[in-house]
Amino acid sequence: MKSEIIFYLLSALSIISALVVVFTKNPIYSVLSLIVCFFSIAGHYVMLNSQFLAIVHIIVYAGAIMVLMLFTVMLLNLNKESEPHKSSLIKVAAIITGGLLMLTILASLKTTQLTAYSTPADLGLGSVQSVGMSLFTEYLLPFEISSILFMSAMIGAVVLAKKER
Amino acid sequence: MEIIFFKIALILIIFLISLGMAAYSTYGERKIAAFLQDRIGPDRAGPFGLLQPIADGTKMFLKEEIIPNVSNKWLFILGPCIFMVTALMTSAVIPWGLPLEFGGVKYNLQIADINIGILYVLGVVGLGVYGVMIGGWASNNKFALLGAIRASSQMISYELAMGMSVIAILLMNNGSLSINTMVESQGTGKLYGFINISGMNWNVFYQPVACLIFIICAFAECNRTPFDLAESESELIGGFHTEYSSMKLGLYLFAEYINMFISATVISCMFFGGYNFPGIAYLQEILPANIVSLISIAVLFGKIIFFIFFFMWVRWTIPRFRYDQLMRLGWQVLMPLSIINMLITGAVLIWFNN
Repeated sequence: MKSEIIFYLLSALSIISALVVVFTKNPIYSVLSLIVCFFSIAGHYVMLNSQFLAIVHIIVYAGAIMVLMLFTVMLLNLNKESEPHKSSLIKVAAIITGGLLMLTILASLKTTQLTAYSTPADLGLGSVQSVGMSLFTEYLLPFEISSILFMSAMIGAVVLAKKER
Repeated sequence: MEIIFFKIALILIIFLISLGMAAYSTYGERKIAAFLQDRIGPDRAGPFGLLQPIADGTKMFLKEEIIPNVSNKWLFILGPCIFMVTALMTSAVIPWGLPLEFGGVKYNLQIADINIGILYVLGVVGLGVYGVMIGGWASNNKFALLGAIRASSQMISYELAMGMSVIAILLMNNGSLSINTMVESQGTGKLYGFINISGMNWNVFYQPVACLIFIICAFAECNRTPFDLAESESELIGGFHTEYSSMKLGLYLFAEYINMFISATVISCMFFGGYNFPGIAYLQEILPANIVSLISIAVLFGKIIFFIFFFMWVRWTIPRFRYDQLMRLGWQVLMPLSIINMLITGAVLIWFNN
């Protein structure tokens, strides 16, 4: 019962903050509410007994990526006058991308079945040990491929930064 | 039920101790600065100037509060609040001493023994950036914004090396991330496998490089000299808190001292044995458990006070870095060094386990 109340509170928080991200006009507010959204999702991870995933989610998303986002937004000049006029091509592109994303989500939601909320039976499911074991045995290939992807992104960033000289 | 009351009491006590330590760190800093510069230091308020923090606090509260007209008012207020809250949150996973025992019930002197303790510390430290960034941006002042950007880029750069240096410790600790097991394992076993002094199996003897990297990164995370470029008064007036006045400025300064207290605690728990001290097993034999527990708390606080002194000692000894030097140190020296340290630790562990 208690965990159900917390679950609904967290869900409401994450949905509301996600909506604020989209609908607010001030980019700083949308960045901040995205951080709140990440926190509530981390709360969901804790509810599912995955403390490790929750804290990694906070460290990576709230602690690193959103800081960089906030960086960029803060350095922009947010005056109304200096806002560049957006061409309609970008709007069309945005609509198509959003529509495709929605199609994907709808397709994946079509096969899911709604079940009642319950705490997971296996308490060690989200611990560091079990996550590490499954990453390095069962999902070794995707794990290595994604690390190569990160590596190439890092090298790309270094190359871009070096070009300035 | 009793456990819950005990936990609430513990949270309150640790909260008050953090505030008290921070308040007297300001006094200590001024006294140590005076000592190192051959001055007397504050001596007017009370005997030896001991009431100086209270006088300072009263002054902060009574000053006029100015919120810049053009700034974003809510974010301007939110900044110091976030900074203070994140500074206080870290103490939740610290084991403060051996468990106390009343009426047959054991009370652990740790608010939350979560199995991801050290990651929790790193995560909360990472969130402290928001207080600085939001405060600096909402001030709507170019100096404040520059200070905020410097502070936050410095903090996220040094977090990496910090996390990497922790991994070497985790490898030695059988992969447990809990700070409690980390401290316990430093109290058992023989140093290097043959020196038999109980409670002396400290990580610093195995991992001096990781310890050094961690301490340097802790200095950078706390924005202390030699890394206090965020508020270098000769270039940026006061950095991110230029526009702040009254108790909001007080919160920023105060939270910095709490950060220092917490980093001193984490350093002593991770590398210097936490509440363990040489001869702890002998004392456990001859004295009642509760008295040994109290001694262990005192020992931990002794270590913390030493590290706070160390922070101040460095501040009044070493001049400030230049910003490019700071970044080069973080990315080109500490980062590779911590990765190499991690690799060597792993190789040595595999060698010995085979």
